[in-house]
Amino acid sequence: MPTSVATQRATPAALAASGLTKRYGERVALREVSFAAAPGELVAIIGPNGAGKTTLLSILAGIQRPDAGAVTRPPREIGWVPQQPAVYSKLSVAENLRLFARLEKVADPDAVVARMLEQTGLAARAGDELGTLSGGNRQRVNIAVGLLAEPPVLLLDEPSSSLDPRQRARLWEFVRGQAERGTAVIFSTHDVQEAERHADRVLVLADGELLFAGSARELAATVQPAGGDVAGPQDFETAFVQFLRERGH
Amino acid sequence: MRWLLLKDLRILRRSPLLVTLLVVYPIAVALLIGFALSRGPGKPTVAIVNQIPKQQRSFDVAGSKLNAEEYLPAFLRSVNVVRASSPADARRLVREGKVLGALILPSDITQKLATGREQPTVEVLYNGEDAVKQRYVDSIIRARLAEANVALSRRFQQATAGYLRLLLDGGTLSVLGTKVDILGLKNAHAIVTGTIASLPPSSPLRTSLLQVAQFGRLAIDNLGVSRDVLKSVGQPVKVRQVLVGGRRTPLDTFAAAIAVTVSLMFLTLLLAAGLLALEREEHAFSRLVRGLVSRVGLLVEKISLAALCAFGVTLLMLLGLGGFFIELNWSRLPQWLLALALGAVAFAALGVAIGGLAREVRAASLLAFLLSLPIAFLALVPNGAVSAGLYDVVRAVSAAFPFKPTLQALDAGLNGGGGLAAALAHLAALAVAYTAVARLLLGRRFG
Repeated sequence: MPTSVATQRATPAALAASGLTKRYGERVALREVSFAAAPGELVAIIGPNGAGKTTLLSILAGIQRPDAGAVTRPPREIGWVPQQPAVYSKLSVAENLRLFARLEKVADPDAVVARMLEQTGLAARAGDELGTLSGGNRQRVNIAVGLLAEPPVLLLDEPSSSLDPRQRARLWEFVRGQAERGTAVIFSTHDVQEAERHADRVLVLADGELLFAGSARELAATVQPAGGDVAGPQDFETAFVQFLRERGH
Repeated sequence: MRWLLLKDLRILRRSPLLVTLLVVYPIAVALLIGFALSRGPGKPTVAIVNQIPKQQRSFDVAGSKLNAEEYLPAFLRSVNVVRASSPADARRLVREGKVLGALILPSDITQKLATGREQPTVEVLYNGEDAVKQRYVDSIIRARLAEANVALSRRFQQATAGYLRLLLDGGTLSVLGTKVDILGLKNAHAIVTGTIASLPPSSPLRTSLLQVAQFGRLAIDNLGVSRDVLKSVGQPVKVRQVLVGGRRTPLDTFAAAIAVTVSLMFLTLLLAAGLLALEREEHAFSRLVRGLVSRVGLLVEKISLAALCAFGVTLLMLLGLGGFFIELNWSRLPQWLLALALGAVAFAALGVAIGGLAREVRAASLLAFLLSLPIAFLALVPNGAVSAGLYDVVRAVSAAFPFKPTLQALDAGLNGGGGLAAALAHLAALAVAYTAVARLLLGRRFG
C-alpha cells in the first residue's frame, strides 16, 4: 500500500535535487527541476515522450552533469538501473553480480552475491549465462546489480517496459520489497496506470519542466472531469491527459 | 581495472569462434602479403626457337672461337624453356597462351656476328593476357640479351685491342691461313729515326723523314691509350650503388616485418574497438563510468588487454617466421620486442578511438576493418610511385596512423640501423593522441 505522503515529507530526504537544468545546444531538456524523495518512498516520474524523464534520471545517477542545480547524494551512493539490462550476456548471473560487487568494492562480495541471488529468486540460475535468460530474469539481475552496494536510493529507468504482465508483477513485488527495507525508489515510466498503482508520489514532467509533484489522487483532483461539468470519479490516465492538456501540453 | 581485465578475458574465452577468427584471419592475411612481397612471380614459360645450324653455333671473332650456346644457360635459369620447332610453332604456343613469350634466334646470327658488318636481330614474341607477367618476361629477356650483348662486346673489344697491339708492336697476323708479318708502328718509328740519324745534316730527305717520325710518335702515343677508350665504349656507364636513406634490408626480413605489422594492426584494432564497443552494446558503460571506473581507466584497460593479446600472438608469429623462413637477430631481441610492444599500444589506442566512435561491436569491427587496409596500403606506397606532391600527402596521412612507424620500428628492431628511437617516439605520441581522441568521444551525450 502507498505510504502516506504526509509521513514521507516529515522524514529527512534520502535524495534531494534542486534547480536541475540541462541544455543540449539551444534546446532546454530540463528546466530548474527540484524535488526530494524520502527513505522508503516510491516516486514515479511520468510525462510525454521527450519530457526529460531519462535526462533527469541520468543526472541523478551521475551519468550526465547538469548545467545548473545540484543533487544531494554522490553517484556512488545511488543505485542505478538503466532501461536496458546493463550486464554482460556472456557472463553467468553470479559472475555478473560478483564482478559488479567487486567493482563497487563491497566488503564481502560472495555474501552479497548470495543474498542478491536469494532476493531475486535466481539462485537456481546462478550459473546460467545471462544471454540464456528471459527478459524478466535479465531485468531482475539488472536491478540486483543496482542494489549490490545496498544504496539508500534506487533509480530505475522504465523498468517494466520490456516485460510481460506476469514478469511485471514479480518486478514490482521485488521493488516494493526494497522500498519496505527503506530504499527510496525513483522510477520513470510511460505507463501512468503503473505509476498510479505503485508510486507513493508522481512527478509530472513536460518539456523539461516539473508540472506536478504529489500523489496520483491529488493530480486527479486538480483537473476538471473530462466531457462534463459535473466532477466525478475518472481513471488516472484520463485525468493525466486532461492535466497535460490544461497546461498546454 | 583488474576485475574488468579478468571479465574481458573470460568473455573472450567464451567466444572461441570469434577469438579463432581474430587470430587466424590477420595471420593468414599477413602471411599472404609476406609471401607476395618476398617472392616475385614464378618462372614464366618461354619458348625458344634456335635456328642457328649446329655447325655454325661456334663462330670466329678476330681469331678467337665463340659459342652461341654458352650465352643460353643464364637465360634458362630465369625461365622455364619450351623448345619450339619453328617460328610458326612458337607463334602458336604464344597465341594459345601455353607460353608467355618466345625468343627466336635467326639462322644468320652467328655469321653476322662473325663478320661484324651487320647487326643481327633476335625476335621476341609476347602474350599480353597477363600484363604483370608480360612485363616480367619482357624485363627478363631484355636483361639476358643485354648480358649477352655485353659479353659479346667484351670479346669484340678484346679482338680489337689485339689488332691495336699488333699495329703498335708488330707481330704475325693470320689471314686466310697465311701468316703475314706486321712491322708495327714502334718498329717503323725506330727505323725512320735511325735513318734520319744516318743522313747528313744537309740531306733534303731529312725534313720529310722527320715529319714521318713525328707522325709515328703521335700515333704510338695515342694508340697506347686506345685500349682504355675501347673499355669505355664497351661499357660507357658503370654502376656504383650508394644507399642514401633507409637501410639495406633483406627482402624476406622486410616482408616478415610487414606481415607481422599487418597482423598486429588487424588483431589490435579489432580487439580494442570491439571490447570498448561491447561495453556500450551491453549498456554496461553508463553503469561503469558512474564512479566504478573512470573513462580513462576503462580506456587504459581496453588498450592494455588488446595490446597484450596482440603482442603475444604476433610475437609467436615472429618466432615462427624466425624458425622457418627468416633469420632473426637474437642480439637485437630487446629492440624488436620494444617495437612490437609500442606498436601494439599505438594500434590499441587507435582501436579504442574507433570503439568510442561506434556504439555496437559490429559497427566498430567493420569500421576497424575498413580503416585497416587503406592505412596499410598508404604506408606501403613507395617513393616515386606517385607525384611528389601526392607522395607528401600520402606520407602525412601515413604518419597520422601507427602502421608506418610500427613497420619502421620493427624493421629497425629486426635489421638494425638507425631510426628506432624516432619511430618509437612517433608511436608513443600517436598512442597518447588516440587515447585523448577516444576519451573525447566517450564524453559524448549519455557516455
